[in-house]
Amino acid sequence: MHYSGFRVLAEALRGGKGWRPFWRKAAPASEYDAIVIGGGGHGLATAYYLAREHGLARVAVLEKGWVGSGNVGRNTTIVRATYMIPGNQEFYSASLKMWETLAQDLNFNLMYSPRGLLQLFHSDGQRDAFARRGNAMLLQGDDAVLLDREGLRRLVPYLDYAQTRYPVHGALLHPRGGTVRHDAVAWAYARAADARGVDIIENCEVTGFDIAQGRVTGVQTTRGGIAAPRIGMAVAGRSGQLAARAGFRLPVESHILQAFVTEGLKPFIHHVISYGMGHFYISQSDKGGLVFGGDIDFYPSYAQRGNLPMAEHVMEAAMTLMPAIGRARVLRGWGGIMDMTPDGSPIIDHAPVAGLFLNTGWNYGGFKAIPASGLAFAHLIATGAPHALARRFRLDRFASGAVIDEEGTGATHHLH
Amino acid sequence: MRLTCPLCGARDRREFTWIGAASLLGRPAPGGDFVGWAHLRENPAGPLDELWLHNAGCGALLRGARDTVTHATAPLTLAGGAR
Ligand SMILES: Cc1cc2nc3c(=O)[nH]c(=O)nc-3n(C[C@H](O)[C@H](O)[C@H](O)COP(=O)(O)OP(=O)(O)OC[C@H]3O[C@@H](n4cnc5c(N)ncnc54)[C@H](O)[C@@H]3O)c2cc1C
Ligand SMILES: [Zn+2]
Repeated sequence: MHYSGFRVLAEALRGGKGWRPFWRKAAPASEYDAIVIGGGGHGLATAYYLAREHGLARVAVLEKGWVGSGNVGRNTTIVRATYMIPGNQEFYSASLKMWETLAQDLNFNLMYSPRGLLQLFHSDGQRDAFARRGNAMLLQGDDAVLLDREGLRRLVPYLDYAQTRYPVHGALLHPRGGTVRHDAVAWAYARAADARGVDIIENCEVTGFDIAQGRVTGVQTTRGGIAAPRIGMAVAGRSGQLAARAGFRLPVESHILQAFVTEGLKPFIHHVISYGMGHFYISQSDKGGLVFGGDIDFYPSYAQRGNLPMAEHVMEAAMTLMPAIGRARVLRGWGGIMDMTPDGSPIIDHAPVAGLFLNTGWNYGGFKAIPASGLAFAHLIATGAPHALARRFRLDRFASGAVIDEEGTGATHHLH
Repeated sequence: MRLTCPLCGARDRREFTWIGAASLLGRPAPGGDFVGWAHLRENPAGPLDELWLHNAGCGALLRGARDTVTHATAPLTLAGGAR
């Protein structure tokens, strides 16, 4: 089914009778060419590229809940290419370029909004660090502008520039950074994958693996056993749990990240803004809600909801930066389970079991990675060789020392 | 969330800093599996044996189990054992 303005008009005239569900409610077959576990952004994109780029005819996505029930529907929708270290740099740069044309590729309005990302700095040291990061971004071919205080004030006059405890000195502006409607991304990839014959099987939890002589031959699920010679795991915060079911440990800890949204307000915040003191970031959705968040809760959790100390910390940071929003009522807060790695960077690689592949370690930044990750993971599953974009996202880098540690905090999963 | 320190009693979570899984105490002997010790995790959805530092209280390093699904906690003990 093709979607267009004309189609919307035509359907309006005939009472919407022509609209169909975006994807079939597929039941599991007994065997597939490839299985992708996890119907989040990464799993769905992977299935789509397996079908589109590699022509695999029989692909299934197994999702324990429903499409979009995980982090892909819980994040704060920010996309950017602001990385500094080889490995991350070229990967996120390519992903941002894919976002720019993805709505056309998938024929789905993803509400991609390159509204500009402002990362504030509050000391000379922080300014130097952002100048360096900005230069790295420019060398990679992306965009970055170092704004002084007056330049920033012209863009966002409503910050509290008078407070002296955490003075706002300026910001690194990444003009092409912005937001994308997160649910639409899940639905668009699901619909496009389904259209290419992928079975999207919801309410189907993988509970175990069939492994013979060190090679995976299929999975056990709540809907029965399913065979496949190639199986990709893309279950984000549940990676450790699933790896345990296949008999190995991962360099991953699962932590909770919270986010909040206020009642709808008239358009007032026109950028994505991140505060460099403590951790706080905010944008305004097209519906008018202020969407904001901060750091993880700093202890492992599978609860999918956070605790009050971090909620309080985030609100306090908001009030020191932009007291103007103090009267806005918070409508909702929620949490998602983050797959945190020792260096803060992801893993797209073979698992220790032959035929099994890993896509994990997205920390709190895996939404922006979805297009490039899907492309790279599909390549790995189909060919057995790493995609050029993801060749540094190796599982053995913690042993070899080739870590990709943007924040330089060392082997502490929860401090990235 | 409140955690119970053996020296100070039940205190707000904000007084504590999470240090890591208690497996960190099992530092391998020279030549042992340092890579696994530093990086790999059991990461259970359920009871986790872990370390907390009571940094805004007595300063002791504490150890105990907490359920990572429900956040139910058991009283902590001194990680180094009682003197
Ligand atoms: C509050 C919050 C804010 C965030 N903000 C941003 C942001 O602004 N920008 C950004 O880039 N990133 C952000 N992220 C991170 C981003 O959302 C994640 O890194 C990314 O969505 C993870 O990949 P995914 O979409 O595939 O995960 P998910 O959507 O979580 O997909 C994994 C799926 O696997 C399923 N699953 C798990 N176990 C099994 C099993 N055994 N069998 C079958 N299925 C299983 C789950 O149900 C789930 O649907 C944020 C995350 C959170 C929680
Ligand atoms: Zn104490």
